[in-house]
Amino acid sequence: MTPAVTAPAVIAPVISTPTTGTPAIEVRGLTMQYGDLVIMNNLNFSVRTGEVFVLMGGSGSGKSTLLKHLIGLKAPAHGTILFEGEAFDLENDATRKRVLRRMGVLYQNGALWSGLTLAENVALPLEEFTELGAEAIAEVVALKLSLVGLRGFGAFYPSAISGGMRKRAALARAIALDPDVLFFDEPSSGLDPISASRLDDLILELKASFGTTIVVVTHDLASIFRIADRALFLDIDKKTMTALGPPAELRDNPPSDEVHRFLTRSSEGLS
Amino acid sequence: MLTGSAAEADLRVESGVATIVLSGDWTLEQPLPRADELLDARKADPGVLRTVAFDSSALEEWDSSLLIFLTQCEAYGEEHQLTVETAGLPEQLPRLLALARAVPERTTPDAPERARFLARMGLSVVTGYASARASITFTGEVAIAAGNLVRRRVGMRWRDFWVVVQSNSSGALPIVTLIALLVGIIIAFLGVVVLKRFGAGYYVSYLVGFGMLREMGALMTGIIMAGRTGAAFAAELGSMKITEEIDAYTTLGISPVEHLVLPRMLGLFVMMPLLTIYADFVGIVGGMLVSMWMLDLSATQFFGGLLDAVTLSDALLGVIKGVIFGAIIGIAGCLKGLQTGSDAGAVGRATTSAVVVGITLIILANAVMDWLAALLEV
Repeated sequence: MTPAVTAPAVIAPVISTPTTGTPAIEVRGLTMQYGDLVIMNNLNFSVRTGEVFVLMGGSGSGKSTLLKHLIGLKAPAHGTILFEGEAFDLENDATRKRVLRRMGVLYQNGALWSGLTLAENVALPLEEFTELGAEAIAEVVALKLSLVGLRGFGAFYPSAISGGMRKRAALARAIALDPDVLFFDEPSSGLDPISASRLDDLILELKASFGTTIVVVTHDLASIFRIADRALFLDIDKKTMTALGPPAELRDNPPSDEVHRFLTRSSEGLS
Repeated sequence: MLTGSAAEADLRVESGVATIVLSGDWTLEQPLPRADELLDARKADPGVLRTVAFDSSALEEWDSSLLIFLTQCEAYGEEHQLTVETAGLPEQLPRLLALARAVPERTTPDAPERARFLARMGLSVVTGYASARASITFTGEVAIAAGNLVRRRVGMRWRDFWVVVQSNSSGALPIVTLIALLVGIIIAFLGVVVLKRFGAGYYVSYLVGFGMLREMGALMTGIIMAGRTGAAFAAELGSMKITEEIDAYTTLGISPVEHLVLPRMLGLFVMMPLLTIYADFVGIVGGMLVSMWMLDLSATQFFGGLLDAVTLSDALLGVIKGVIFGAIIGIAGCLKGLQTGSDAGAVGRATTSAVVVGITLIILANAVMDWLAALLEV
């Protein structure tokens, strides 16, 4: 039985802004565009330190584009993005590097460097950003590969392992520097349910052990309900965010038909 | 760049228990103490130690570096039969360590021994044979597809054909013009210098005419197009292979040869002879300019001399070469593209291979055709 749901007359009150915790990322009045095409308008939200924050929405709603803005690959058309209170200035190389040093990103297809072994892939950020010696780097690499279940695979090239393993190796690279904020773009796509569940475990463990702030772009409802502290919904029709809060609360009290359909995996009411 | 207070580890030994006192910031950015070095300090009296414990009350920030220190302690304990107690560590550490050890280590088999010289030679022959066979099979497939097209049994995407024609006409003209002009000039310079010694400078027009029409016009156009169009074919089809577009054709029962290779081959087949004729003309003009400048010949004298000696068969030989070179470029480019592997570097390798194979075969084919022309007295 579908609960009676109506779209909110005013979008803003639906969104609960955080009242506790220091924001790791703050987005103020963000408008995303490709050329003249507006993807999303007036996004205002913050990601609290140490929480798992999920960006969700239909295909083509701009989740991955928003992620690209958050990690500094795209500049906002309007608005600002603050990383721990500091504006992510793409033009200033020193600021950019300092901020990027504290971020880790797991791309949708892993994006491992094909000319390097898995160990070399994980070692590269350590060589670039730390003063660790070769022996210490080898130990960190072995540990990170172990954490993602790839002990003993350091000498393999990305082309010699499966897609799921490539994704896990990419995660080892993303956590090489123990980043403060980790971004995941569709982490469970292309993974079998066991690997996807193991990845969820790892996300929760990283949050619990290191207090890592985690931002995840995903469609995977099981994963959303398991790992997310809060979720943001991007509405492709309204071209803005229409919901923000714990996923279970959004499912039980959906602020719009679209959010309800999304969180209950239903096509009811669609013509 | 160092930040925060230094990571420190001190050792306190009481009643057989070595307590490692951790303090400061244990982050990857700090120089880190090594557990084996710390514990080795007590090695002189190994009988005393039974247990390694930790005191982390003065520990400030920490990250993976502390986990690595713990793994070092555990490895040391295992080696020296010591019990490692993790009770004094932050509670997350043993949990993370358990996660790291949840999957057993993969034991990588030893790399196979490098094959001996004879084995490598044999392997090269086998690979060469397979490659030659694949090329012949592919050429056959293209020929069958072309036959089917003539008999109207297949529908070709004419848009792709026109794209290739456009790319090999207006797109290729600047580079063909430049190279053909320079080659004509070089032949003329050579002729002027050498023939003048024998008082036969006037015959430079023969040399330019024969050189461009029989050899250099087609050869240089072939080499340019192998580097330009052959590489483009390999890169386009290689990218399609990686993104499974070729598989999508195959699984739909559509022949990639008919839909992708044929338009490209046909485009080159049409354009190569035309480009060769154009290159011949531009090269001859380049030679004429040098002759006019260095030998004070008029354009009429130059072309008069040239037409006295050069026959239509010389020009036709060059055009036929152009057609054959076009086929070689198309087959090498498309075949290497379709044979692309699946990794990111595969397209680059396929492109390089297409150019190298294309140029090598063009020069080889040129030599064979010259030999045949000499035999047939053409």
